[in-house]
This record gives sequence, structure tokens and C-alpha cells, in this order.
Amino acid sequence: MEHIRTPKVENVHMIDRLTPRKSTVGTLYLSSTHTIFVENSEARKETWVLHSLVYNVERFPTNPSGSPLIIRCKNFHVYRLLIPQERDCLDVLASLTRLSRPECYGELFCFSFNPNLDKELREKAWGFIDLKAEFNRMGIPSNLWHVTAANHEYRLCDTYPSELFVPKSAFPAVIVGSAKFRSRGRLPVLSYFHRDTSASICRSSQPLSGFSARSSDDEQMLQAIMKSNPISEFMYVVDTRPKLNAMANRAAGKGYENEDHYTNIKLQFIGIENIHVMRNSQQKLIDVGELAAPSMSDFLWGLENSGWLKHIKAVLDAGVFIAKAVAEDGVSVLVHCSDGWDRTAQACSVASVLLDPYYRTIKGLMVIIMYAHLDGDPKEVSPVMDQFLECVWQLMQQFPCAFEFNERFLIQLHTHIYSCQYGNFIGNCQKERRDLRLQERTHSLWPHLWENRAEYTNPLYRTDHSQTQGVLKPLTTAYCFKFWKGMYGRAEKSVASHQSPADCLNAVREESQQLEEELSAHQEVPRETDAGQGIHTHAYISHMYHQAF
Amino acid sequence: MEFAELIKTPRVDGVDLHRPFMPTVEGTLCLTGHHLILSSRQDNTEELWLLHANIDSIEKRFVGSLGTIIVKCKDLRVIQLDIPGMEECLNIASSIEALSTLDSVSLMYPFFYRPLFEVIEDGWQLFVPEEAFKDLESMTDEWRLSEVNKDFSVCPSYPSLLTVPKDIDDESLCKAASFRHGGRFPVLSYYHKKNGMVMMRAAQPLTGTNGRRCKEDEKLINATLCAGKRGYIIDTRTIAVAQQAKARGGGFEQEANYPQWRRIHKAIERSNVLQDSLIKLVEACNDQSHSMDRWLSKLEASNWQSNVKEILTTACLAAQCIDREGASVLVHGTEGTDSTLQVTSLAQIILDPACRTIRGFEVLIEREWLQAGHPFQQRCAQSAYSNGKPRSEAPVFLLFLDCVWQILRQFPCSFQFNENLLIMFFEHAYASQFGTFLGNCVAERVKLQLSQKTVSLWSWVNRPQELERFLNPLYEPNNLVIWPSVAPQSLLLWEGVFLRWNRSTKCLDEACQEMVHIIEYNKELQNKVNSLRRQLAQLETEESPLQTP
Repeated sequence: MEHIRTPKVENVHMIDRLTPRKSTVGTLYLSSTHTIFVENSEARKETWVLHSLVYNVERFPTNPSGSPLIIRCKNFHVYRLLIPQERDCLDVLASLTRLSRPECYGELFCFSFNPNLDKELREKAWGFIDLKAEFNRMGIPSNLWHVTAANHEYRLCDTYPSELFVPKSAFPAVIVGSAKFRSRGRLPVLSYFHRDTSASICRSSQPLSGFSARSSDDEQMLQAIMKSNPISEFMYVVDTRPKLNAMANRAAGKGYENEDHYTNIKLQFIGIENIHVMRNSQQKLIDVGELAAPSMSDFLWGLENSGWLKHIKAVLDAGVFIAKAVAEDGVSVLVHCSDGWDRTAQACSVASVLLDPYYRTIKGLMVIIMYAHLDGDPKEVSPVMDQFLECVWQLMQQFPCAFEFNERFLIQLHTHIYSCQYGNFIGNCQKERRDLRLQERTHSLWPHLWENRAEYTNPLYRTDHSQTQGVLKPLTTAYCFKFWKGMYGRAEKSVASHQSPADCLNAVREESQQLEEELSAHQEVPRETDAGQGIHTHAYISHMYHQAF
Repeated sequence: MEFAELIKTPRVDGVDLHRPFMPTVEGTLCLTGHHLILSSRQDNTEELWLLHANIDSIEKRFVGSLGTIIVKCKDLRVIQLDIPGMEECLNIASSIEALSTLDSVSLMYPFFYRPLFEVIEDGWQLFVPEEAFKDLESMTDEWRLSEVNKDFSVCPSYPSLLTVPKDIDDESLCKAASFRHGGRFPVLSYYHKKNGMVMMRAAQPLTGTNGRRCKEDEKLINATLCAGKRGYIIDTRTIAVAQQAKARGGGFEQEANYPQWRRIHKAIERSNVLQDSLIKLVEACNDQSHSMDRWLSKLEASNWQSNVKEILTTACLAAQCIDREGASVLVHGTEGTDSTLQVTSLAQIILDPACRTIRGFEVLIEREWLQAGHPFQQRCAQSAYSNGKPRSEAPVFLLFLDCVWQILRQFPCSFQFNENLLIMFFEHAYASQFGTFLGNCVAERVKLQLSQKTVSLWSWVNRPQELERFLNPLYEPNNLVIWPSVAPQSLLLWEGVFLRWNRSTKCLDEACQEMVHIIEYNKELQNKVNSLRRQLAQLETEESPLQTP
């Protein structure tokens, strides 16, 4: 509380830049966790902005009508305020600047957030998603893959989880040797196993090959991975970096696998740009969304100039390449970039979504996000998750019936990844998270989302629909990619879409469910509870109906 | 029979048909007077029936004795025919070229087409001005139906009956007509029931360089204003273009002579510019090898989306003047047959819920496009693949449909029809078995005796069997004015038309079906529950204990 200089400012204007007549007057409150704007109107509408979501606060020179202040959020919401007194504006600015920049983990909102849950429930909630169960679902451990204790107490690699899945045929010495030959010890480990073909996706960091170094352990490790797929005679090593970047790394003693040293590997460069390029590109895209009254040319030029969709396409192309290798050619793939987080996590996650219908469900997407995050995301703010979520959104445009969740779910996930309200996205790796005792001190997001899943359900999703089955094969021609208005077009509230077909359909489905209940109450007809099965249930009900009368 | 002379080779066997995203079909190619037909000899006959009139241009290539004809259609599809034998190929190509560019309207297919369905409701009677006027009379008595143009001599491009202010006699109308381009004096386009404001349309006034004026014209439009009220003249051209028009005898209303009117200039492009824009857009959409940068830059350079934005913005402005400002509006550009009609018809879709029903939309096209004298035959003679200098071709109507699609997408529950109806109108405007879009104005259609010699498109569309395809399952009648967003990020590329042949629509079609299922299932349940409720109520009133042992 000591950071709040002015807890309340009256007669503040909230400006809607696109439609000035929609601007409102109200009172601004600062709490230890939120900025709250309460409209003076009869409805007393409230806008809550979490301090931890604030990206930056900018003040503009005072003019006769007051002091303008712009609050930009990490989820791309922008709030434009006009504060009558310059002094109040400066106080708000100073308070918000401090409150939105926690100086230590303890200051994060998740450590004070207390949703009235007892200890037992909280612990249970943390078990909602379990990585071991996830590997069991894929059929692991099996006669070819198992858990190794090599990273017990994080002694092999401190940014990996302690339990790693590796080929059974890889001896402990090979595992240790391979880790030594990989940047930051991030040896090749299993990321996804495709039951239909026995092909796998493994991930690692770049090898410390330089210009001529080699490691027979690492070579044996890859051989073991390849052999774990009995039908295949080679494997792909997908380096997600542009080839030039990968070559430049050789001078620093890193680089990529020499095809002469490894038997039966095919090296493939994909060309996803690095995190600095991505961050730049995203900032340009955000700027496009903030343009005041842009012309169509301004907008399209800005979109092109940002390069954002080009990067999204590159990530999706990487996923498509890997998915095709695994599902169609039955070939295992090892994916790496430099350190094996950003681009590797993205490419593996996108491939998994394409390959496995489970990851297109609400719970499945939670699993994949937690999974991708757990694996040592670096500390700096990066649009890696944003890009993954956007790839999923782009896929939803091409396959409207394939996903159990809707756009709102993606946006909600995005907000929570940055909000620090829940402990799920705090810390950079398992070790750090364990050291912070997150499970005792914070709450988990997943059960909260799961309880509200009705809100996040895609009405067009049916478990028995053909789009729900099998591997997705999206078209990645440039014209298939769209500007994600729901995410990046939110700077102004009046651009919000007018009517949502999905919401209409959800309302209809809800009503159908009630009608089904009423019918069955009248008739005592057995009824399947899943509304998605409704159409098929229907024939049954009508049959019973005729019998009853 | 003159067609036989043009068909040098009526039939070739062993022709391969290639279409993007569809399997190759081998079969027999036949040419008739109006169709190009390809039928495979397999029993599950995959057939292609293509109207010659739909062919925009062809290209031929030879590799050895195998000839290839690439047929580019006005509906934007591109197909490839591989024809064995050089002579056959050349014959087919020259026949197609001749048959697809017939000059005489009376040789067009609609004059030969005999419907295989019974015409229950004659579409030529869809819009009867007298009946529309009766509706108007029930709301206001300030208008009359004038027969001044009954022999099309006052204005050749107007219909015979026109709605004009009651106090203006036919003699004044003639004088006003001589002061407007093409005789298109101001007439009523739309009456806004809510506040009694009106939208009029006309062509530019012939002020010329010396500022000619016409008292009758001034009186005519002033007669539409309530006492003490001001109106808006929306000139669809920029002030610079309007100024230049003076040199050619045209011009715009001088403030001094029209003191009760405020003139606003917008910047809708002229038709030849629009044609160029279409050609560039389709070229960009058809190249699947484009990188993201190149695609976006070509999309931007085509200016198509800018045109959509400008037209919609102008329509919103007209609607805003009427509904929000409570003022009457006069719309014109140069000829009053292109941009003027785009604006007046779109403004009506925004303002009038009736225009968002299928019937109402058909009437709107009939009233504001066909009868209002949009030169369909000239504008739709060629589409995006026209090579050679465009004469008077322009995608004016297609842009209108695109704008309707944009509104429909933003208000998916407010239209009784779906996107398919718009695409169908686009196809039929360019090539059709129906006579509706033949000719350039009512006078020409009367002369061609279209209503006796051809079938109306509306006779076919309005059959219940056909209508089903065009119904929007989400439609909830909505009596409100709908305000579309014209922000660049809210306006999308109309994929249903421009990417139609460049991707598979299977998954999107499935989503539509799913939507229909959900809604239909709900309706069935409602019916059942209602009938059960009725039966229950009946049982209760009868109070007869129906006990079975």
C-alpha cells in the first residue's frame, strides 16, 4: 500500500478514441492489486485493470481539459484517461509505474491472491494436470521408452524437469555424454509419441559441435531415438533457425549436427526468426492496432511491415513439416534451435496440436501450454506463447469444428499467462518453481478455467465429427493467414464485433439442453447428457415419443 | 443455325480436366451453342457444364501434339483442359473464343433456356412500382408516382414510373431532367419511416464552367425538405474530380443556389479504376507461391479493400445523416448509375430491416440496381481476366455485394440470407441462364422483350427448394438500424469469392452444416415440448384418470 499516493481521483474521463461520444466520466481508484474505474452513469459500470497486466503507463502534456494518461496492458488492452489535475495524474503515474513493476517474486499478485480455497482443495487443484499422466496417455513408458532418473535433483540440466523420457536403449553414460555435448545440458528428450506410427518428436538444444567437435554419446543418443521407431530407417533433425543463424553459432562452438558424423539423419532448417526479431515484430503489430483512424493502406502496409504474419506462417510451417514427417512418413524428429526453448517449444507444440485431437480439447490445450512453459521458458518477455496461441487461432479459422474451445479461451489463457494472478506461469523451470514453493503459496489456474469451461466451449465441436479425428492438414498459403482482431484489435472498445455466431449457437444449445431435460422429465426417456450428441439422441427421443403416445 | 458454323469440332475424347483442389477427370469434351461440357465415362459421372458466357478469356499451350487450354471464368475459377491432337485443340479454342464473345444479346443463352421447373411465381412481377407506392402512401402523402418517363424519352436509363415530390409537376421534372446528366433528375430512393426523412438519387447537375442553374431542379429537391430543415448532398466524387467535371459540362450544386443543402464530397473511385483493382486483386489471390510480404503488398496495391472501405463509409454517412441527424439526403456522382447506387442501396441495408430479408434484398436489387439503370451488360461483359483495354467493364455490383458481405459478417444474426446468395448473384450478373441481368436499363429490357422471352432469376430463386440453400440459420429478425464498423481491421477479404477456387472449403461447409443441425434440432425440440405441453394441458382439463392396471 505504501506505493499508492492517491487512492481515489474523481471526474476522470475514460476516452474512446474511435467513438468519442462513447467516452465516459467516472472515479478512478487504486488498490494494491488493481486500478478500478467506476463510471458515474447509473449502471456504475466498473473496469478493473490488474497492476501486473500493465505493460507501461505514459503521460502526455497537460492541456486545458486535463492531463492525459495512457495505460497499455500486456494483453494489448489500452486505456486512455484524462485526469483533471496534473498533480493527481503524476501521482497515479508514479504509483502505477511502481505497482506494475514488482521488484521480487514475493510482490507478485499470485502470492497475495486468495480465492477462498482450503489447503486441501488447493493441493488437489495443483494435481489437475499431471505430466506423468500425460505420457501415460501417449502409451509411455513402453518397451521402447522409459523415465530416466539421470536428472534427479537437476544435476544434468537445471532447466529441465527432473523426470525425463528417453529411449530405453540409451545407456546412462550415453545420456550423460549427450547432455554434455548440448548447450546448457539440454539433451534430446521425448516430447510427443505418435502411437499410430511409433514415430516420436524429441527436443533438445543445439549441439556443441563448433566446426569439428563430435560426441559419440550424442551420436548414439540420436541413433537410439531413431531405433525406437522400428519401421523407420532415418530420422529428421529439424533446426528451427534460419540456416545462417545456425552457421554463425558454429563460431561460438555451437551449431548443428554434422550429417557425416550422425548415421541416417536428415537435417532440415526451418527459418523461424529469433526472439528479438519476434519482439520487434510484435511491437510493430501492436502499433498498427493503435493507429488513429488508419486508411486501409496504412493498415495493410503496417501489417506487412510488422512481418508478424510471416513469422506466424513460419511457426505453422514448422509444425506442419514435423506433423507430416511423424504421421505420414512415420519418421521420428528431433527438434532444436539454440537453447531449445522458444522456437523448439513452439514447433513441437504446434505439431502436437496438428497430430493429436486430444490437444484440441480444453484440457489438452492446458496440458500443452503447461508443458511448453515448464520446459524452461527464459525470463525475458517473449511472444512465444502469443505465437503458439495465434497458430491455434489460425487453425481454428480453417477447421471450425476441430477444437473444443473457442477464441475466448485462447484470449483468457493469454491474459493469465501475463497476469501473475495464478502461480502456473511464475518461474522459468521446474527447479525454480519448486524452490519458490508455488504449490503451497499460490493457486493453480487450470481448475478455475475448467469450472467455467461452458464459457469457453466451441458450439460446433462434436467428439464424433470428422474434423475432430486424426491429423489436421492446414493450408499455409500466405492468403490463409489473418490479422487476429480479437487479440490485437482490442486497443479500442468500440471495434468489438457486434454479434458472435458462436455465442448465439451456445445459447441455442443451452436451450436445447433444457428442452431435452423437460422432454425427458415428461417422458422419463433415457438421455445422453452430452449436448454434443444431441442430434443423434434426437432420433431416439422421437422414437420413444411416438411409442409413448 | 448460326452456332453450328462456329463449332468446328463438337466433340473430343480423352480430354483431361484439371481443377485446383479436385482430382483430375478424364472424359469427353462437347461443345454446344451455349455450353462447354465435359463428362467422364465413369458411372459416378463427374461433369462440368460451363456456360460460354462465363468464359472470360482463354490461353492455349502446346507440348508436342498435346494441347492445353486454360479457361479463365468470370466467376474467377481457372480450369485446365488437356486435349490430345493439335488440330482439335486449336478448333476447340477458336470455337470457345467465338462462342464466348457473341455480340448480339438475342443470341445469349437466356433466350434459349427452357426451365425444367414449373414457374409458380413469375419473377418479372417481383417488384411492382404501383404497389411499392401504395406502401409509401400509407405513410406519407407528400409523394406522387409520375408517368413522365413512360416512353423513356425524358431519361433513357430510368424506368417508366418514378416517385417524385407531389408538388412538382411533370413539366418541371422535364426541365430538371435537362439539367442533370443523362436526364437523371432527383427521384425518391428511400423513405425512412422512423422519422420521415428521405434519400434521393440523381446524376450530376450540368452546371458547366459558367455555373448554369435550374430553378426547377432547386425547387424539386427543396420540396423534399421540411420547413426550416437542412439536407445533405453526398457527392461520391472528390471535390477535385467534381471540379474537373465542370469542364465537360457537368459539375455540382453551388451553395449559393442550394442554400438549404450542405454538400459533402467522398472519394469513391470511378469504374475503370475499379476494374483495374479487381484484376490486380484476383492476380494476387491466384498466385499461391507468394511469400507473406508479397501477398500483403499485392493485396494493398490492388486497392480493393480500400474501395470497399470507401463505399461502406459513404453509405454509413448517408445512413447517419438520415437516422442520426434527421436530415434528408441527395446522393449522386457523375452518371448516377454506379457509385450512387452502391451508396443508396447499402444505406438501405443499414437502415431498413426489410432489405435484410431474402425477398427484400431481391426487391432492393430490382429497384435500386436493375430498374435504376445500372448498366449490367456493359459492366459485367468482362471480369478479372479480361485482357485488352477495358471499355466500360467494372465490378461495381461485385463491390456492392462485397460490402453487403462485410455487413453480414459483422451482423451474422441480422440477415435472413447467407453468403451463398451473394455469391450466386455475383455469378448470375456475369453469366446466367436467366434474363434478369441482361440489358443496361428498363428501356432495353422492354425492347428485348425479356419478360416474355426469358425466365427471371427470381422465378428460380424463390422456389422453396432453392431458397433453402440461401437461408441463414442464425437469423433473428431485428428491427434496428445496424452500424457496421469501417475500421480497416474490421473489413476482411471476401474469401468466398476471391479464394473460392484456391482452397478446399470442406471444413467450412461442414461448420455451416453443423450450425444448421444445432438450430434445427432446437426447433424440433421446441415443437415437441410445445405439443407435449398442450397435451398435458388437455389431459389436465379433461381430468380423466387414464389408469392402466
